[in-house]
Amino acid sequence: MLPQASRVIAVERETRDTFTFTVAAPGGGSGFAPGQFSMLSVFGVGEAPISISGDPGEPDRLVYTVRSVGPVTQALVTRRPGEWIGVRGPFGASWPLAALRGKDILIVAGGIGLAPLRPAVYYVLRRRGDYGRLVLLYGARSPQDMLYRKQLSAWSYLPDTQILTTVDYGGLSWRGHVGVVTTLFRYARFDAQRTAALVCGPEVMMRFVLRELETRGMALSDVYVSMERNMKCAVGFCGHCQLGPHFVCKDGPVFPAARVKRLMERYEL
Amino acid sequence: MRLEAKELASLIETLRRDGYEVVGPTVRDGAIVYDAIEGLEDLPRGWTDEHAPGRYRLLRRPDNALFGYVVGPQSWKRFLLPPRVRLFSVRRNGDQPEIIADASAEPPPKYAFLGARACELAALAVQDRVLLGGPYADPIYRNRRQDVFVIAVQCTQAAPTCFCSSMGTGPKLSGGYDIALTEVVEGAESWFVAHAGTEAGAARLAALGAPEASPQDVARAEEAARRAESMITRRLNTAGLRERLAENFEHPQWDDVARRCLACANCTLVCPTCFCVTVEDTSDVTGSHAERWRLWDSCFTQSFSYIHGGPVRASIKARYRQWLTHKLSSWHDQFGTSGCVGCGRCITWCPAAIEITTEAEAVCGFPPSSLRSEQA
Repeated sequence: MLPQASRVIAVERETRDTFTFTVAAPGGGSGFAPGQFSMLSVFGVGEAPISISGDPGEPDRLVYTVRSVGPVTQALVTRRPGEWIGVRGPFGASWPLAALRGKDILIVAGGIGLAPLRPAVYYVLRRRGDYGRLVLLYGARSPQDMLYRKQLSAWSYLPDTQILTTVDYGGLSWRGHVGVVTTLFRYARFDAQRTAALVCGPEVMMRFVLRELETRGMALSDVYVSMERNMKCAVGFCGHCQLGPHFVCKDGPVFPAARVKRLMERYEL
Repeated sequence: MRLEAKELASLIETLRRDGYEVVGPTVRDGAIVYDAIEGLEDLPRGWTDEHAPGRYRLLRRPDNALFGYVVGPQSWKRFLLPPRVRLFSVRRNGDQPEIIADASAEPPPKYAFLGARACELAALAVQDRVLLGGPYADPIYRNRRQDVFVIAVQCTQAAPTCFCSSMGTGPKLSGGYDIALTEVVEGAESWFVAHAGTEAGAARLAALGAPEASPQDVARAEEAARRAESMITRRLNTAGLRERLAENFEHPQWDDVARRCLACANCTLVCPTCFCVTVEDTSDVTGSHAERWRLWDSCFTQSFSYIHGGPVRASIKARYRQWLTHKLSSWHDQFGTSGCVGCGRCITWCPAAIEITTEAEAVCGFPPSSLRSEQA
């Protein structure tokens, strides 16, 4: 339950309000699974749940991509290398990638929702032969709000890999797609019968993605989503993250879509 | 065993001598409040309580009964899951923060609870499941809970807000105690029939050297207990309740109750099973010392469900629905039990006199089981 003090190794600016920073894993690191999260503290300010966005193949470091939206995240993104933060975790259910071997992997992300999906990409790339095609559909507000742009570009040159991006507002210099992430489906090449989809983004976006996936002939049982709720404890005691019968912190954040689809359709649940 | 008041006094005294902090009912601020007691003189001798939706008053009894009331606003929760507790402090040590667990600072008090009611023991069992029963156990609750010595007191009267019999939790005591007492009022004074629920309880009773209760004594005590049962008028129809609440997410009754609910959070604070907490960081002006505190929280606040962009449950309707549905429906999914023990506190202490029993049945489309109470 107690946080461990961890030293910030590197901070990298992603967008105007989003930073990726790397901390030394406490005690050398016990590893994490793609999709898990940590509780990060700035002592005296507070604590927030943050997805791990780094490579599970490098367990000695923990990488987080944080968007500054409140006092804790603002304090987090202003940490500098050499400074200390508090880390608890990792917590939560992960993308069930080991069980998805042999399948095409379709990743659909919106905004900062790409952060908890990046470890899944690293995981698949390290075991490339175990999976079929890797398709990543990513929607952001604007080109300036896109995360990991260089990396996305580099991945797009890999064999059997398709990276598609779109933005809500393009601006004059944008040559790419404009529109919500579901508009990318018509360009995505995957075989619905042998694909598993991993989805993370705003809930409204995920609802439309689930609908689109079903239209494309995918079974809901092959779809996983990562949910977000307020969290204080991360171990099911504080009550904040309830989603109907589920505690997002310990039953999720990654859920089989079939378990939460009805709940996602309930406004203000 | 039959105990006179002086033997109860010596039971309290020996517990205190053995290092227990004895907590029992006292009169404070016009209410029955559980607090540390030193002897019988701290108990609410001759007091009773009057309950109705949105109404609570202490009244004098015609006799000197020690436990002649129903339930006060606060349950034992505040001792095991404290409203405010420090989780840790952080000291700057060079440039590296040093995190000091608070548990190491001082051992938790060893509590003896005097006066726990059947519904309250059911609530303790519910909190045990929530806080100790999962893959993680809450260390603060565990440390405070493990050595608790419980002296339960059988209810011999009930309030119009009580509905323990519908929830299967009372009024008859059925375990979860070390010693159970039933108070029998005779003339102005009272005596007790006591029996042990555990070996520790039996040992303490034996040490008192009191006489066995006669069959007549036991019959008097049973009659007093039956009186409580017969006084319960409030009912909650629990057949299919869990399923219907889960299904009736959209129901006009939620809008109706939302117009009355003030979202004041009283119901969650007096509830003996509500366990939600938040954390708060503090620091000194130099930034060299920081602390994290855990505080009771309530699903009735907007900040409770806040994620960036706004609260998930912005409307009072959504927050009332979350509380009631969690308590009576999703609690079963999460912990294999109802979250409601029928103590009626949320009804008494609701400033808008909202009755969980009436609201739940209306949402489920059940005919009302209890007559709507006269509202004070």
